[in-house]
Amino acid sequence: MANALEAKNISVQFGGLLAVNNVTFDIPNKSIVSLIGPNGAGKTTFFNVLTGLYKPSAGKIVYGGKEITDLPPHKIAEIGIARTFQNIRLFGLMTAQENLLVAMHSHLKSGITATILRTPRQRKEEREAEAKAQEILDFAGVGKWTHEFARNLSYGDQRRLEVARALALNPKVLLLDEPTAGMNAQESQVFIDFINKLVAERDIAVMLIEHDMKVVMAVSQRITVLDQGEKIAEGSPAEIKSNPRVIEAYLGKPKAARK
Amino acid sequence: MAKTTAPSNVAKSNRKWITGYSIIGVLLFITYQFLLPWEGLPLGIYDAIYQWMPPSAINESLVYIIMALGLNIVVGYAGLLDLGYVAFWAIGGYCAGWFMSEFFYFLNINFLGSVPAEAPGIHINFWMVLLIGGFICALFGILIGAPTLRLKSDYLALVTLGFGEIIPQVFFNGENFFGYNISNGTKGIVMVDPIPVGVKNLGPFDFGWKLLIFLFLTAVMVFISLRLRRGRLGRAWLAIREDELAASMMGVPLMRTKLSAYAVGAFAGGLGGVAFATHVNGVYAERFNFTISIFLLAMVVLGGMGNVWGVILGAFILSWVNGNGLTAFGQLYNDRFGTDIDFASFTFLLFGLVLILMMLFKREGLLPESRLKLMLHEGELDDEDASSSKKKVGK
Repeated sequence: MANALEAKNISVQFGGLLAVNNVTFDIPNKSIVSLIGPNGAGKTTFFNVLTGLYKPSAGKIVYGGKEITDLPPHKIAEIGIARTFQNIRLFGLMTAQENLLVAMHSHLKSGITATILRTPRQRKEEREAEAKAQEILDFAGVGKWTHEFARNLSYGDQRRLEVARALALNPKVLLLDEPTAGMNAQESQVFIDFINKLVAERDIAVMLIEHDMKVVMAVSQRITVLDQGEKIAEGSPAEIKSNPRVIEAYLGKPKAARK
Repeated sequence: MAKTTAPSNVAKSNRKWITGYSIIGVLLFITYQFLLPWEGLPLGIYDAIYQWMPPSAINESLVYIIMALGLNIVVGYAGLLDLGYVAFWAIGGYCAGWFMSEFFYFLNINFLGSVPAEAPGIHINFWMVLLIGGFICALFGILIGAPTLRLKSDYLALVTLGFGEIIPQVFFNGENFFGYNISNGTKGIVMVDPIPVGVKNLGPFDFGWKLLIFLFLTAVMVFISLRLRRGRLGRAWLAIREDELAASMMGVPLMRTKLSAYAVGAFAGGLGGVAFATHVNGVYAERFNFTISIFLLAMVVLGGMGNVWGVILGAFILSWVNGNGLTAFGQLYNDRFGTDIDFASFTFLLFGLVLILMMLFKREGLLPESRLKLMLHEGELDDEDASSSKKKVGK
């Protein structure tokens, strides 16, 4: 299976702190992979490298056969790597629809003059964009909130809207940073179904950062474990569950082994 | 939690404003062009208009409105604090000075100008100079913005402050700019060409007709503001105002989007500059000082950032108080109570007081944009929520 995204030997250094140390990670096409690890393991930092927010101190990122390590964040988003945030970062005072239209910014073409004159082409483009936004909102299950300010939505709907906004970029790779944080078991299940549906129906690969092991084990085809910036394990959910290094990273060393 | 207004209302009101605006505009024009010179007009009304809102004052306030609308795009829409907007006003003004006067007396260029062809200097048609001034300012907006817009808000404000000082100073000392006279220095460029409108040329005292022209320019800026606001670019500006990082992660190129806000804002500054030069019939370097930048910013904040109608109201009120209102009020007060207080000298005290009171009790301005009102009042309601969510961010 070809890879949608490959990150090779990524290291990120903040001053004296090596936040991510020589991590190689790839996301196969149409797959769901997870990145887990204790707090401070470097998961979100790794995400920020993939989306261009941080530049890695070493290593490179290849997307669709091209190196994208040095592209600015908006370019990376434009070519098809979309993300959500650990703490929701919607445009709260813009409607759900506007949130999606912002994400379509790079795919729309109307310039200043066309917008001022409202040329037929600009109007057509806007209409089509709005229709597409509605389609994505419906798909994400927040279709009834089209004209509602994002901040007025319930927590779960905001999470869904954030995914919808990322989908509006028409991405090949979707990076979700703790998408079920703060959800109860039932909401998480709805979300799992949604992710599965997403990958089944669209040409998209999903990478999750997640603390909820139930979710991770349920959706992931492959799990990678980071601890203190280093990759300590990678494999299927079953393999990860029984990996002693993973258990150690999460629960600490057994007493007998401590010196 | 406040609910959203349906956007269909917005679309409708967008169409409606042109009608309302035209009616008010025509009424104003009739008042100043025909009613005021009419001999049958009771002397009381005539005096009252001249005391409270003389023709020159209303024209000047329209120039302020044009520029406040431009600043609103930068500050209100894109959320970039600009403390040096006067620079664009100055550049626009000198565009009028250069291209519509005898300043370059050694040249003889006349392109549809309103003066005889043999007159020395560059004489380009007013309407073209408007565009030239607008575009030169937009260009300067990009030139100034390119190195500065990478800065975060506070630093950006400081650097724009610098540019707002530098450019007027260049003109102020421009009598010898590397050996060339670009501005006539403190003497200024006196006498710009009248405005040609086909049948006649509008000199400095054709207030009524110029009122119509300034009203038209204001309408153009309102139109541009409203249209851009609802389009692709306006959404990107808003997104940047809300969350720069998230916007860039959603494919919005920050630099280019901010630069376009700067350029469009500066364009309006150019229009205002050219209009002001024709209004005062000259370009005077000392008029372009730092207080103007703050004054314009106060108009935008007082009226309601992001809402063109609020900004118009704010600009109108402040320029009126600054120009005529306070003096007229002072006269009335002194006559009534036999006092001798120089009210006009308290202008800035009053402005300061009003701004403080506004910040305390009505931060969103007189006619706020609905979104901004929500945002500014959010802090009061759930400060605790905000502090706990900050902790989350830090994680």
